[in-house]
Amino acid sequence: MTQTAKFYQVGSRAVGNRLLPLDQRTEQANPERRNALTSGHRACQGCGEALAARYVLDAAAHAVGGRLVTVNATGCLEVFSTPYPESAWQLPWLHSVFANAASVASGVAAGLRTTGRGDIRVLAQGGDGGTVDIGFACLSGMFERNDDVLYVCYDNQAYMNTGVQRSGATPGGARTATTEAVGAEPGNLFGIGKDAARIAIAHDIPYVATATVAELHDLEAKVRKAMSIRGARYLHVLVPCPLGWGSATSETVRLARLAQRSGLFPVIEAEGGVVTSALPIRGRVPVEEYLRPQRRYAHLFRGEGRPDLVARVQRLADQNIVRYGLLDEES
Amino acid sequence: MYEQVEGSRAVALAVARCRPKVIAAYPITPQTHIVEALGAMVKAGELAGCEFLTVESEFASMSASLGACAVGARAYTATASQGLLYMAEVLYNVSGLGLPVVLTVANRAIGAPINIWNDQSDSMSQRDCGWVQLYADDNQAAVDLHVVAFRLAESLSLPVMVCVDGFVLTHAIEPIEVPGQEQVDAFLPPFTPRQVLDPDHPVTIGAMVGPEAFTEVRAISHRTLLRAADVFDELTERYAQLTGHRLSAVSPYRAEHARTVLLTIGSVTGTAHELADELAAEGRDVGVVSLTLFRPFPVAALRDALHGAAEVIVLERAFAPGAGGVITPDVRAALTGLPITVRTVIAGLGGRPVTKDSLRTVLDDAAAGRLEDLRFLDLHEDVVDAALAAGGLS
Ligand SMILES: Cc1ncc(C[n+]2csc(CCOP(=O)(O)OP(=O)(O)O)c2C)c(N)n1
Ligand code: SF4
Repeated sequence: MTQTAKFYQVGSRAVGNRLLPLDQRTEQANPERRNALTSGHRACQGCGEALAARYVLDAAAHAVGGRLVTVNATGCLEVFSTPYPESAWQLPWLHSVFANAASVASGVAAGLRTTGRGDIRVLAQGGDGGTVDIGFACLSGMFERNDDVLYVCYDNQAYMNTGVQRSGATPGGARTATTEAVGAEPGNLFGIGKDAARIAIAHDIPYVATATVAELHDLEAKVRKAMSIRGARYLHVLVPCPLGWGSATSETVRLARLAQRSGLFPVIEAEGGVVTSALPIRGRVPVEEYLRPQRRYAHLFRGEGRPDLVARVQRLADQNIVRYGLLDEES
Repeated sequence: MYEQVEGSRAVALAVARCRPKVIAAYPITPQTHIVEALGAMVKAGELAGCEFLTVESEFASMSASLGACAVGARAYTATASQGLLYMAEVLYNVSGLGLPVVLTVANRAIGAPINIWNDQSDSMSQRDCGWVQLYADDNQAAVDLHVVAFRLAESLSLPVMVCVDGFVLTHAIEPIEVPGQEQVDAFLPPFTPRQVLDPDHPVTIGAMVGPEAFTEVRAISHRTLLRAADVFDELTERYAQLTGHRLSAVSPYRAEHARTVLLTIGSVTGTAHELADELAAEGRDVGVVSLTLFRPFPVAALRDALHGAAEVIVLERAFAPGAGGVITPDVRAALTGLPITVRTVIAGLGGRPVTKDSLRTVLDDAAAGRLEDLRFLDLHEDVVDAALAAGGLS
């Protein structure tokens, strides 16, 4: 009873599982899936990071026939999944410290090769703080040596595990516990930003991609592709965090989609230092539509609001749209 | 076979014969010659099945060693001084996870002021990181301790730090015998890890532990670390049978009848032995007891070696500002109940030579009842006083 699904969201791979033939459904529809991160862990309701980790790891495990080892940086994902004596992990999993997941993974990969188990693959993962701030040197070293590791950054745009402090990935204008919504420039300052995916691309590593939890087929496809390649690979996934963003737990997926559709979070792929694909924006939205449902931006809209700051956010989105030609295919 | 060779090169050869699988390297003086030699061996194909990772920091070298060890690969790295501090967070983690990494510390001072010369402030600052700490009296011991270290580490699943005085030993060229490959193979079987990351038997390593079990975890580490003292004795005995090279946790020299004993650690032991010989020729009994095993602290062996003394002078190559010696409190605790006076001499900081003459002055002062509880060897008091006065602190 195969029947070709009608992609009602043209240009997107986000399409309901039930409309697809079996072989095109997500790994989560597979009763044989690894179930790498079992239910019962202690993430908040609606946690984008938990959702992404489950999809990423199950897809990665499937892609390599279960021959997978995971290294995790300190952060929400690590804490909510392993309160001793419990563990939510159904695959070999190692946590060392906050900053060193990439280096530990490099060592794991070398150790596996030199003990004759080079068929076992390595996936390292961490939050944006552990990746773009404190762990950045380790990550860059892992890239530069082209170590055989897929590093996945779950970007919730702040240090969530310690109570929502600003990280190098926190966007301008966002309120965090260390960038309060007070003063003349409320929320996080508008810096020039630290775009980890672009920095990864600048290392000319074999594969770099970004994704969101709104496009789970796309996310899985990128994981599968990453696992088909040897060498250093980087995947940056936008994962809304209801607690840190002050958003409804039911809004996680929608916010991720709005981030992409506004242009604020470009979903792209690059191979060997060259951008090879960008998910086009369908139904572009102004950034305001993405910002408004989040309490971390409430000060931009309270009273008279701060249209100047909203405009600055809009400019960033516009820049991304130009940089990657996100509107080229339709508009 | 004894060969005229640099200490670093001999250590590298000994490590190579231990057949490591992953060596992570980051340069810092005076450790660099060791990893350079190993890197050349790996590149030349002389170390089959070993990978040499040139990482971007000591934090990464220890992290990569941790990762390699967690999948069952014998892992080795080396560092010194600032590098050891840079890996400090991971040192605690490696011991907490019970991973048998072996690390060479080519002992060097810590800045500021920056100083590349020898003292033991670096490894002493990591006294409580849960690693076994071994100190080499000379280069022969440095070589032998590395072979023993791998076996000790892997039999208890504990990391081991081998401390070798920078320059004084690492850069000294002298006759050294590196045990042959067959001897090392007979002593050191292939690494069988306690716990390993394996897709067929998935385990979670590095979980978060709260108040309900953390104390127990620490108590278990403590007991395991204490076991290392006995295992070290067993292993060094077996090693001596195989190679003829003798090592000991605590080594007394002319100490049996001496009322005054110098307690030494590291390369200053040789100087102390020579002085003891000279003094004996003059009819003065001064003993030397050197510590090879510092963590776990060899309480019983030390008590045994020192029980007949009236005065023990601890010659410390590191310093605890605001307190005094680092080793002295442990020595005092080990000698509890014995009528022994324990004094501290801080010697050779930042590479200042520790000479026989200076040590002789210490012993003369001790004999005349003039030795303070804490003395800095060869301190230029006038310089210190003038600087303090200039700062309004005198
Ligand atoms: C060296 C060090 N500094 C700080 C911390 C405290 N710390 C633990 S988790 C964390 C935040 C993690 O943030 P991120 O990496 O963004 O992951 P998230 O929790 O948001 O998923 C911090 C700051 C630590 N564990 N180690
Ligand atoms: S704070 Fe955010 S990232 Fe952490 S568990 Fe909760 S929702 Fe997930």
